[in-house]
Amino acid sequence: MQRIVVVGGGVGGTLVANLIARRLGRQIDRGEVTLTVVDLLGEHVYQPGFMYIAMGNQRPEGLVRPERGLLDRRVRLEVGEVTRIDPEARLVELGNGERLAYDQLVLASGSRIVPELIDGLAEEAHHFYGPDHAQKLRDALDAFTGGRIVIGIAGMPYKCPPAPLEVAFLIEAELRERGLREKSEIHFCSPIGRAFTIESVSEMATPILAEKGIELHTFFNVESIDRDRHTVQTLEGEELGYDLLILVPPHRGAQFVIDSGLAPAPGGWLPTDKQTLQVAGHANVWALGDATDLPLSKAGSTAHFEAPVVAERVAAAVTGREPDPEKGTYTGKVMCFFEVGDGKGTLLQFDYDHPPKPPAPNRIWHLGKMVFNKAYWQTVPKGRV
Amino acid sequence: MLENASVSITRTIDARGSYCPGPLMELIRAIREGAVGDVIAVLSSDSGSKIDIPKWVEKAGHRLVEITSTEGYDTIVVEKLR
Repeated sequence: MQRIVVVGGGVGGTLVANLIARRLGRQIDRGEVTLTVVDLLGEHVYQPGFMYIAMGNQRPEGLVRPERGLLDRRVRLEVGEVTRIDPEARLVELGNGERLAYDQLVLASGSRIVPELIDGLAEEAHHFYGPDHAQKLRDALDAFTGGRIVIGIAGMPYKCPPAPLEVAFLIEAELRERGLREKSEIHFCSPIGRAFTIESVSEMATPILAEKGIELHTFFNVESIDRDRHTVQTLEGEELGYDLLILVPPHRGAQFVIDSGLAPAPGGWLPTDKQTLQVAGHANVWALGDATDLPLSKAGSTAHFEAPVVAERVAAAVTGREPDPEKGTYTGKVMCFFEVGDGKGTLLQFDYDHPPKPPAPNRIWHLGKMVFNKAYWQTVPKGRV
Repeated sequence: MLENASVSITRTIDARGSYCPGPLMELIRAIREGAVGDVIAVLSSDSGSKIDIPKWVEKAGHRLVEITSTEGYDTIVVEKLR
């Protein structure tokens, strides 16, 4: 009997489990293979929707569905917290004391926010990395009557790289609609030397920032926040005051992968082969999505395109065959929509060898994102696209 | 300004294989963790690093000690000044 355990019921974990079930259906039905997904809450959350809660056009309850309903019937769902992996003994240890033995392990354990790494961030800064935080930001925007809005990134890497720029563009449009633009300043603060990590996207976004009168600050690495003076201090020695502060909190990989010696502290990103998605030093452990250390967007789209590669690798290992070289090789493909405000958007599509060439923003790509957000549940987790 | 001072390196960060902005972010982490006077060498195979890192060093008020290029990667040496 071969035992496959998938840790995480997000985009990557759910899709990879369904694709493995499709490939190994007969073996599972005959009892030769078991396939288990372990998820903390047993709920699948569509995280790209958080930003839209903050922008006022998404209700939180529309972003959550039971994980069970998205999984193939042949996949067993275990709800619980993973506390440790023992790669020598090939065991996944759960918080309730249960141990799951595995022959193949897939780590789709995602990323987590750690606002406490920056003093004052949790109290002073808004963000949209969770439904409650996004709603608080919505409430703060509703109460905003003018002043200085500072939007920045307080740690890299972080989930959904375009999101802070999208939020800046969408808020700017909202303030214009509400007649508050003349009474407001918007500042966008990037930790690196340009607006966005990928040069071609930066070249697309920077003129839009200028057109919209959003001031760009580069090499802006948040060091501390003065609660009394409502100012942000940077490692570079700058200080910027705010009336409303929106900061992407620092992110880390799952604590249990650090505790298990699978990923280095403090980041906790799993050292992952960029083509095979195998975790370094472990022939039967695979990683995808936010959990990896790959130089790619931490985004559902990345996990979406990595999942077929992991499914092929795991299915090949379980059945004792060589993986198909094409299906079992990840090219770095990522595709995501990018809002620029005023009902317009663009598309970022790239891989390891081809940087994105975003088309001029138009209504089609904005509508594409809206349609995708609705169609997600019937398509991505079930492997239909 | 580059100065080929005979400084001893306090810490070396091997960021080869990491892409922009990885090497810069690794340097920023080392600067945060280090003490004034520390000399940090960043090894980077990303060609953007030898442009981005000196710009950041200038803005952040540190000193670019030197940049040397070996086959396949650059070594960028920075002294923490404050």
